Amino acid sequence: MLDLEYLKKNQFEKFIWRVRQFFCNFPAAAARFFRRLWAAVCGFFARIGGAFGEIGRAVRFGDWKTRVSLGVMGFGHFARRQYLRGAMYLLFEVIFGLYLGLFGWKYLAKMGSLGETAMAEVFNEETGIFEYVYFDNSMLILLYSVLTLFFICAFCYMWYQNVRTNNVLQEMEEVGKRLPSTKDSLDAMVNDQYYKTLLALPMLGILVFTIIPIVFMVLIAFTNYDQVHMPPARLFDWVGMQNFGAILGGSGITGPAFAYTFREVLIWTLLWAFFATFTNYILGMLVALLINKKGIRFKKFWRTVLIFSVAVPQFVSLLLMNQMLGTDGIINNLLRNWGWIEQPLPFLTDPVWAKVTVIVVNIWVGIPFTVLITTGILMNIPADLYESAKIDGASPLRAYLKITLPYMWFVTTPYLISTFVGNINNFNVIFLLTNGKPLDLKFQNAGRTDLLITWLYKLTYDEQNYSFAAVIGIVTFIIIAVVSLIFYNRSKAVRNEEEFM
Amino acid sequence: MEGAKKKKFRSKRRAERTANAVGHIVLAVISVIWVVPYLYLLLQSFRGEPGAYTSYLLPKEFTFENYTKLFTDTKLFNFPQWYLNTFLTALAVCVLQTVIVLATSYALSRLRFRGRKGIMNLLLVLGMFPGFMSMTAVYFVLKEIGLTQSLVGLILIYVASSAMQYYICKGFFDTIPKSLDEAAKIDGASRHTIFFKIILPLAKPIIVYTVLQAFLMPWGEYMFSSLLMLGDQSKFNVANGLRQMLQRENIAEYFTRFCAGAVLVSVPIAALFIWLQKYYVEGVTGGAVKG
Repeated sequence: MLDLEYLKKNQFEKFIWRVRQFFCNFPAAAARFFRRLWAAVCGFFARIGGAFGEIGRAVRFGDWKTRVSLGVMGFGHFARRQYLRGAMYLLFEVIFGLYLGLFGWKYLAKMGSLGETAMAEVFNEETGIFEYVYFDNSMLILLYSVLTLFFICAFCYMWYQNVRTNNVLQEMEEVGKRLPSTKDSLDAMVNDQYYKTLLALPMLGILVFTIIPIVFMVLIAFTNYDQVHMPPARLFDWVGMQNFGAILGGSGITGPAFAYTFREVLIWTLLWAFFATFTNYILGMLVALLINKKGIRFKKFWRTVLIFSVAVPQFVSLLLMNQMLGTDGIINNLLRNWGWIEQPLPFLTDPVWAKVTVIVVNIWVGIPFTVLITTGILMNIPADLYESAKIDGASPLRAYLKITLPYMWFVTTPYLISTFVGNINNFNVIFLLTNGKPLDLKFQNAGRTDLLITWLYKLTYDEQNYSFAAVIGIVTFIIIAVVSLIFYNRSKAVRNEEEFM
Repeated sequence: MEGAKKKKFRSKRRAERTANAVGHIVLAVISVIWVVPYLYLLLQSFRGEPGAYTSYLLPKEFTFENYTKLFTDTKLFNFPQWYLNTFLTALAVCVLQTVIVLATSYALSRLRFRGRKGIMNLLLVLGMFPGFMSMTAVYFVLKEIGLTQSLVGLILIYVASSAMQYYICKGFFDTIPKSLDEAAKIDGASRHTIFFKIILPLAKPIIVYTVLQAFLMPWGEYMFSSLLMLGDQSKFNVANGLRQMLQRENIAEYFTRFCAGAVLVSVPIAALFIWLQKYYVEGVTGGAVKG
């Protein structure tokens, strides 16, 4: 269909057409996805095959320097006067050997069982009494096993690099080229290899503080690590998919309550993220438009008032609101004093009231921010669009719906996605404003306004129920991934003007 | 005919004037709604009468005691210590995070190497996990090396994953013309020189944005610090500490002092933000919005 034909349709037809288009494109998109996946898998194995080829070459055709390097990493570099690199390889091998032999191996061997005895009575010869002695600590076993596995991967990679560079050096030697000296490799650090210099530290941080912890927590989701199985006094064990079953409504002691809580919290999280994002977005834009409107005076004053409340740290605003809206808070007190109400309004104590309050307070917190962000963009909308709409007799509302919103929607989609995702994980607003309350007896460790993220926090901090916390974390990840993928794929702004995937 | 036109014109002008009047009223109401809570906070911080809540807005007795007591009566709640903790954390975070974010985004924006897209996708996927999820494992790791209940550990947590915030900064670097790099390269400049001598001086707005963002973050952060410090009050940050004053057993005595503390935290932070807001807006709209 041509663009013009599409534009001629009314809203409803456009919607129908887009839905149909989505389903028509679906098989092709899925096929494309799987084809790409397949290509990636093939590429991966091809590279592994290439790596083995490289190793085979070193074994078969390598000179003695290269062959010794297969066992003693960096030997070939030393023999070819590349002392710095050689020393680094050797050092890495020594550290790895010491780590694995003295430390890592003990833990890795127990990864399958996560330990046999946690604690036992042992007779102390010196004092002549029985003492409790801790043996296996499941948590440490799992943690160090993950660490060791990553270390082993790193070692394999380094070893392969060692073999490969040796091959290259040998070849250069045979052809009679000058071998790069230590100074050359240092020069490369600020030139061709500069990306390694820049990214080394950031990526190390990500690896240690994000990737390894996430792998660890994903594994925890398949264990029964909670208060009843708390190392060092007790062991925890692998339980397979049981936790996921319990959360999705399976049987078991913890089953139904957790499943119920999960369902309610999930629904509220999505509702919250939707309303929090779009109320702020639309209302904030209206306020920004109003301030920018021709004929409105003291523009700077209005803007400063709003910006001031962005500038105050959010936790202050939220704790303040929590105090003001309490049963004995100033708002209820004033309303009672003026004789407008008899009983205090249940802003934070009634489930429905609390949910509305949270969204309204979030509007209060968020509108100034939206105003700040959108003012500049709103001024960029070509004024002649509005002029011509006015000449054609469009009302301001119509101009807003037909010009402002589509324009802003197009331009700010990435911002909206990140806000939506941010709201799913909006810990501060919920935790500091309501702390998840009001409580509900049918809920497991959560209140009626708890989001997944605050529930996760409470399960970790208050209950030490790490396995369920990990499951919640994984579910949150899946939700965010799905939401982002759908939005990103539908947003033209992202597809055309951003380098993505 | 002429008269009718004039009448229509006049009525249109009148309509516009009413619209403007309504607009002003709406804005005035909005401003009141937005300012009154903070005014209430300020007034309460000077309130002399004891107790958590009053049933009137204006305090009957004004006093500075709430402020002085924050600094003198530090036995239960050591506010100056919290302030210092937060300030030191913020300083360290803003230096380290800026370095990491700039290095990452420069490498991902202007250098071409194998695995660049892989790293970008990896960071995107990692960013979809709730940050708090990794906290349990990080906590155990830090415990093993003895960094729980310490500011160094907290700074590590804040800074270590900051490479994931490369996105906005990279967007800025992408807009600097590539020809600058190439010209410098022909003149014999190394990548390193290009970064420090050419790109960084051009990137002042985004550097200010990154620094500002990193400096402000620790002032309102509650989740990580509360878990890492586990009740060790001498290591709390302001958000964590001030919330303690509002616990049920403390609130009657400490509510006004909480207000004073909140004012003391808010004023410098708000001043800093308002001073640098231009860069903030530029950063957010430049990176998160594609126009």
